[in-house]
Amino acid sequence: MKKLVAIALVLAFLAGYGAVFSQAKVTLTIESWRNDDLSIWSDQIIPAFEKANPGIHVVFQPSAPAEFNGVLNTKLEGGTAGDLITARPFDASLQLYQKGYLADLSSLPGMGNFSPVAKSAWITDDGKHVFAVPMASVIHGFFYNKAAFDALKLSVPQTKAQFMAVLDAIKKDGRWVPLAMGTSDMWEAATMGFQNIGPNNWKGEDGRTALLKGKAKFTDAPYVKTWKELAAWAPYLPSGYQAVKYPDSQQLFTLGKAAIYPTGSWEISQFEKDASFKLGVFKPPVDKAGDPVYISDHTDIALGMNAKSAHPAEAKKFLQWMTSPEFAALYANALPGFFPLSNAKISLKDPLANEFLSWRGTSKSTIRNSYQILSRGEPNLENELWRVSAAVINGTLTPEKAATEIQAGLDKWYKPGK
Amino acid sequence: MLDLRRNKRLPFFIVVFIAPGALIYSLFMILPLLDSLRLSFFTTSQDNRELWNGLGNYARLFSDSDWAPRFWGALRNNFVFFSIHMLVQNPIGLLLAALLVGKGRARGVYRTLLFLPTVLSVVIIGFIWQLILSPLWGVAPGMLKAVGLGSLFRPWLGLSQTALITVSLISVWQFIGIPMILLYTALIGIPDDLVEAAVVDGCSPWNIFWRIKFPLVLPTLGVVAVLTFVANFNAFDLIYTMKGALAGPDFSSDIMGTLFYRSFFGQQLQLGNPTMGATVAAMMFLIIAAGVLAYLFLWQRRVQSYQL
Repeated sequence: MKKLVAIALVLAFLAGYGAVFSQAKVTLTIESWRNDDLSIWSDQIIPAFEKANPGIHVVFQPSAPAEFNGVLNTKLEGGTAGDLITARPFDASLQLYQKGYLADLSSLPGMGNFSPVAKSAWITDDGKHVFAVPMASVIHGFFYNKAAFDALKLSVPQTKAQFMAVLDAIKKDGRWVPLAMGTSDMWEAATMGFQNIGPNNWKGEDGRTALLKGKAKFTDAPYVKTWKELAAWAPYLPSGYQAVKYPDSQQLFTLGKAAIYPTGSWEISQFEKDASFKLGVFKPPVDKAGDPVYISDHTDIALGMNAKSAHPAEAKKFLQWMTSPEFAALYANALPGFFPLSNAKISLKDPLANEFLSWRGTSKSTIRNSYQILSRGEPNLENELWRVSAAVINGTLTPEKAATEIQAGLDKWYKPGK
Repeated sequence: MLDLRRNKRLPFFIVVFIAPGALIYSLFMILPLLDSLRLSFFTTSQDNRELWNGLGNYARLFSDSDWAPRFWGALRNNFVFFSIHMLVQNPIGLLLAALLVGKGRARGVYRTLLFLPTVLSVVIIGFIWQLILSPLWGVAPGMLKAVGLGSLFRPWLGLSQTALITVSLISVWQFIGIPMILLYTALIGIPDDLVEAAVVDGCSPWNIFWRIKFPLVLPTLGVVAVLTFVANFNAFDLIYTMKGALAGPDFSSDIMGTLFYRSFFGQQLQLGNPTMGATVAAMMFLIIAAGVLAYLFLWQRRVQSYQL
């Protein structure tokens, strides 16, 4: 009997406590694949939000990147997913929206703080419904070894001719590998090569949307030209570059054995830690001095709302806060190299990140042209771009042939305007 | 010995003994296999429903301008991969086994050393060989230079002409222990009196090997061949570790396993296509089944086994 009373008391206490707790505070859970960022969210971002919104408690609950999609799908189907869901760009998230798992956020007041390019990764094909608040993008460009440039009295190249002259000078000197990149993993050739220098040729968004509308083809001059420029890199790559992998080229550069490294802003924190020399960055070079510069400012991560969330009002409050300059500044400083997508002016402490970010003011942003819609069919455009870009640099495929193969693959299933 | 033919009914205890294994095997191997075969006759609609497609997936795999080159390319590469194992791994395995037969501590040490790579993880093997062959930090360029052959070095793993052969040879290096150990056990199983009789008759060591020992290990060689066949057409991990799911450059190291992985699970922006993946898996199953049946009916029935 005593035992029963005790259990009843405990239960009553728990029930009462639970009721009080739930009245006082709403708990929101964030699903994410960024387990690397756990401490940044729980120590910096969430406390800032909770301070301003004492009635809401937020829990950041990441799973392993490779398992995220599977885990999330299972949770969504079982109705146990968190209130806020980190969204991958384009089709993976679009599918979730179409299945009714992600809520429509088009009417969120803060959405006006984002440019159309920023929203393009989390929007329906007709451009009418936005289903996630854009969080961050990565910007492509070239890192360079300032010590090597100083020793050879080189200045940062702005035009393609200057770029090639710089490469020549480094090669002639012989102390550094001019360009640290390999083609073994293939994605570097496509992502750090083709999508990095290409936007200057196809005029960024103009070219990308023309491809989507079927008004431009990969066999057009800007694309063939991009592959020709990539092919010209071959003599300046490390010897045996066909077998050089991504970590190899990263090490080659941070060990100070290479002068220039084509890549993107996500390398900043790692490189600043590893490199013992001064680092600099420059934009993809243009044809003539003074030409407008187009940079790949690739949308990568966003936050959406579970359509079946028990606390939609609170979840929207959090999303609304994420559209603010306060969040942008917090996030960007915690993760240098991942840039907030909001139009708000923010200041960064990291000089390299600042340099990358300043390009947004002086050049036009675009995203990788294979990510929206065009990689839905078979053959997969992104995979094909990896393959041909690597083959072009390896010298086993001509730029013209690469262009015909890519366009033929796309023509097979993509019929714009029909 | 128990004569099962006298009892028409299967004795109960045999059922009890077989049941756990049969159940587990059926549940975890046969059922998924059958379901995967079933999946290869379906296709998925826009709203994720399975639709009957008959042999449509197979027709697509064999003739579609996108799938066919990948499938036939992977199949051809897989046969190259298998041939290299048959021509390099198994003869060298036999040679090593023949050299290891005999007494002495050195032989024991070598036996262990040669078998060692087989028990290492594929990821480690891939990593070690990439490092050895790396044009930037590998020991291979330096070693070639030391003997005056520096100009012969190529980034073998990265060239479309050599990537597949290089990967195959690395796989041979790893798995050479298996034919070696199997043939070694067969060789030491040969009774000494047979060899002694041959010596008394004035037979040379060369002839003893080819006329007496080799015919006696021939059945084991058949087992080794079929094991190699099954393992090679199931291979995936080493190529995935070293060349990724796209098995570059230009699909030159693509085999059935990597093609299956790419089709079924997807790659980067390519979403997985479970039904086409199941079709590739079904082809792998059919090829392996055909090979094993050919072994059973064409080889095992004809080869002479000797009771020693």
